[in-house]
Amino acid sequence: MELSSLVRKSDYEWWIPQTGAMRVPGVIYGSAALVRAMDEKVREQVVNVAMLPGIQRASYAMPDAHWGYGFAIGGVAAFDPDDGGIVSAGGVGFDISCGVRTLRTGLVAESVEPVKRELAHELSRRVPAGVGSHGRIHLEEAGLEAMLEGGARWAVQCGYGIEADLGRVEEHGCMAGAVASAVSFKARHRQQDEMGTLGSGNHYLEVQRVAEVYDGDVAQAFGVAVNDVVVSIHCGSRGLGHQIGTEFLKEMAMAARGFGITLPDRELACAPVESELGRRYLGAMRAGINCALANRQIITHLVRHAFTTVLPQATLTLLYDVSHNTCKLESHICNGAAKPVFVHRKGATRALGPGHPDLPDGVRAIGQPVLIGGTMGTASYILVGTADSERLSFSSSCHGAGRAMSRHQALRTWKGRQVIDELAGRGIIVKSPSSRGVAEEAPGAYKDVDAVVEAADAAGLSRRVAKLVPLVCVKG
Amino acid sequence: MRSRTPAPASFWEHFPHDADIGIVGAGPTRAEAFRQAALALTAVVTDPANVAHLHAVPVMCQAPTDELLLVEWLNALIYEMAVRAMLFGDFAIEIAGGELRATAYGEAVDIARHEPAVEIKGATLTALRVAHGPDGWRAQCVVDV
Repeated sequence: MELSSLVRKSDYEWWIPQTGAMRVPGVIYGSAALVRAMDEKVREQVVNVAMLPGIQRASYAMPDAHWGYGFAIGGVAAFDPDDGGIVSAGGVGFDISCGVRTLRTGLVAESVEPVKRELAHELSRRVPAGVGSHGRIHLEEAGLEAMLEGGARWAVQCGYGIEADLGRVEEHGCMAGAVASAVSFKARHRQQDEMGTLGSGNHYLEVQRVAEVYDGDVAQAFGVAVNDVVVSIHCGSRGLGHQIGTEFLKEMAMAARGFGITLPDRELACAPVESELGRRYLGAMRAGINCALANRQIITHLVRHAFTTVLPQATLTLLYDVSHNTCKLESHICNGAAKPVFVHRKGATRALGPGHPDLPDGVRAIGQPVLIGGTMGTASYILVGTADSERLSFSSSCHGAGRAMSRHQALRTWKGRQVIDELAGRGIIVKSPSSRGVAEEAPGAYKDVDAVVEAADAAGLSRRVAKLVPLVCVKG
Repeated sequence: MRSRTPAPASFWEHFPHDADIGIVGAGPTRAEAFRQAALALTAVVTDPANVAHLHAVPVMCQAPTDELLLVEWLNALIYEMAVRAMLFGDFAIEIAGGELRATAYGEAVDIARHEPAVEIKGATLTALRVAHGPDGWRAQCVVDV
């Protein structure tokens, strides 16, 4: 992206002035190097979102932003229903409530290193991953209904986890306002055998070591210290979310003209929040959030079983569970007063600051844990929400590294075996059913996650707490 | 990645997209372009030439425009691949007006033989185009993986 087309507000904040049909300005967060490396399409998409009805304050892009569908991935925008505000299926994306969950193990690296290979085998055996993989759970209609409206709470009630887990999941494990009846037969059918599965692509399950702590007090409050071992799970609402996204994207694209909405890009398919279609999408999308929360909860259960087999002394407790593809009704300051708005985060993590009433007791005084996924060979990060992030980005931060190279180019550059061997040489065990999948997901195909997180920290979106490096990675 | 079949105007190919993959099908007829686009879809996951035509799955969809029909067709295949845990290696397609009727030929996913790279979440409206030109029909869009 040409920096000359932007107005520099600080080293990490770049503005696109409000012009033409834009209702608000655009704001891109990132260092000059990160923003310069972004595709021009990101700028175009930030501008297009700024034209949507009811948008408040600004159309934002996080430091890991890249070209998405309608919204940039890494895009954040909030809409006021009382100002004709819309809800957009494209603004949430296909993988509804994709997110990261991190578990503490109570172990240090020295206890895990000698049994790393055995642990990797046990995790890959117990957690289904990859194309065509099905879970051991088959849900009939009644079970699907209960899962869609109960989320992680339903999973715990079914025996997949403990009550204490729920206190560390956004929405306390159950997204209110989910409407199971708004989810189609096809979406349900696609999910019947996919509960407790990881998926493929950039989804993973990693055993990680805390390599560095930046803020000792917050790290202590989050229960992590240097050399501790944690487990991170990155996945979402699987086939159900994909199908909901597919169906509503088309329905909204066809209905937009009827609502009098001129779309600058078909992918910005949307409907007024206060319309039958808008409300139906919100009900289905919230059911998709519950599906993702239940899925990560079941995988947690499977991970605990794998650890019990290999490292029975481990006690896996939930640090936090965040989603980064959502639309949520939240209260934010717009024009000097707090009001309810629908915040779309597409490839962006909610990052509530200290004292926020939606945070659970254990972290309310400190701020929300913000979990940022890396790639197989690079670091992941734990950050914490700041007091400033509400003003800067509707309490949002980045979500990961973001791709720097197309899958094609990655496939031309690396072989799967070569990536696995190279990582093994660095002490990282990769388990994947697909060599080609590993090549497409090679760490070098992603942006520098360290630079992305540094930019999020420097911009004030969230603050670095700890750096995690992989020991074992299970990929789809 | 690009593959030509004996008919010179029929081919499929991929084009790059930041996080995902663009697919293109081209042919002398709209139906052939849609068939080639479906082969390009399979090629996102595995080499279509390595998929045996053991089972036939009927697929039917309709849409008010050619472009939305392409998205519907690809999404119908993505759905069948997901719920049947199958891959498809060839397709017989008839299009009349806004209605597409097809048979998809394929087999169950074999992880060892197919080495499937990635699941496809859905066909998007990004870079979506179905057009007839001097070189025949061309049908394309980006798929989310």
